[in-house]
Amino acid sequence: MITKLTHAPVLVLDQESAYDFYVNKLGFKVKLDLPMPKDGRWLTVYPPDQPDFEIILAPVTRSFHSKETTKALKQLVSEGAFGCGVFTCKDIYVTYEELKAKGVQFSKAPTKEFYGTEAIFKDDSGNWFSLAQLV
Amino acid sequence: MTLEKYPKVYLYRRIAQAKLFIDANFAGEIDLENIADEAFYSKFHFIRLFKNAYGKTPHQYLTTVRIDKAKQILQLEKPVSLACNSVGFESLGSFSRLFKQIVGITPSAYLDQQKDIKNKLNASPLTFVPGCFAQNYGWIKK
Repeated sequence: MITKLTHAPVLVLDQESAYDFYVNKLGFKVKLDLPMPKDGRWLTVYPPDQPDFEIILAPVTRSFHSKETTKALKQLVSEGAFGCGVFTCKDIYVTYEELKAKGVQFSKAPTKEFYGTEAIFKDDSGNWFSLAQLV
Repeated sequence: MTLEKYPKVYLYRRIAQAKLFIDANFAGEIDLENIADEAFYSKFHFIRLFKNAYGKTPHQYLTTVRIDKAKQILQLEKPVSLACNSVGFESLGSFSRLFKQIVGITPSAYLDQQKDIKNKLNASPLTFVPGCFAQNYGWIKK
């Protein structure tokens, strides 16, 4: 039976830029950063309290898809078509101010919802995430 | 509620700035008064608000940042003494004790562990990559 989710990819336009965003701005830790064949790079990060979960910073490349699909995916990623998940925090107002100070772009400031307080931000590629302090 | 108008925004900004101050100055001499001054708070009010936001007191957070940075230096296979001095500890003994308390092993043991991990990663990096991704990226044959 399935017991856990251990890896999940986030499509990124540039891994070096994504490294700077997720590690230096969001404060995530690096799990693996390995050079791979064909100038590849296996780069995974995790939120500080989840060392067993790896977010794969997966470049949109032709190796994975056809030329047309790759082009379409790059367009979709940069347009913010993908909402990749919900991150939670202890204090959303402080976290919001901290991330803003580091240059993270928010499309929604902390707003009370029935499930808690939520803000929305984009990564450097265009993917959006919910940031929530749950009730 | 509009983007910039929510309660006590100045408090939250000050706490965030204090945390960023610690992040940027961890290797130097920082004391609580310095950090409270950055946050413009009384010391005890500041500690309470900081702990609410980050789960640690400012002193605990500073220690965590220093130990995390020390781990990064050891991961580069640099000497324990360099890790100790680079993150703001003056005493190797204090550093080693705190490191073991937080990480669970001594800095030397951590250094050896990291060397071992690095050897395994270098010897067979694809072992650590799920096969489906390795295949799709063309790193192994389908």
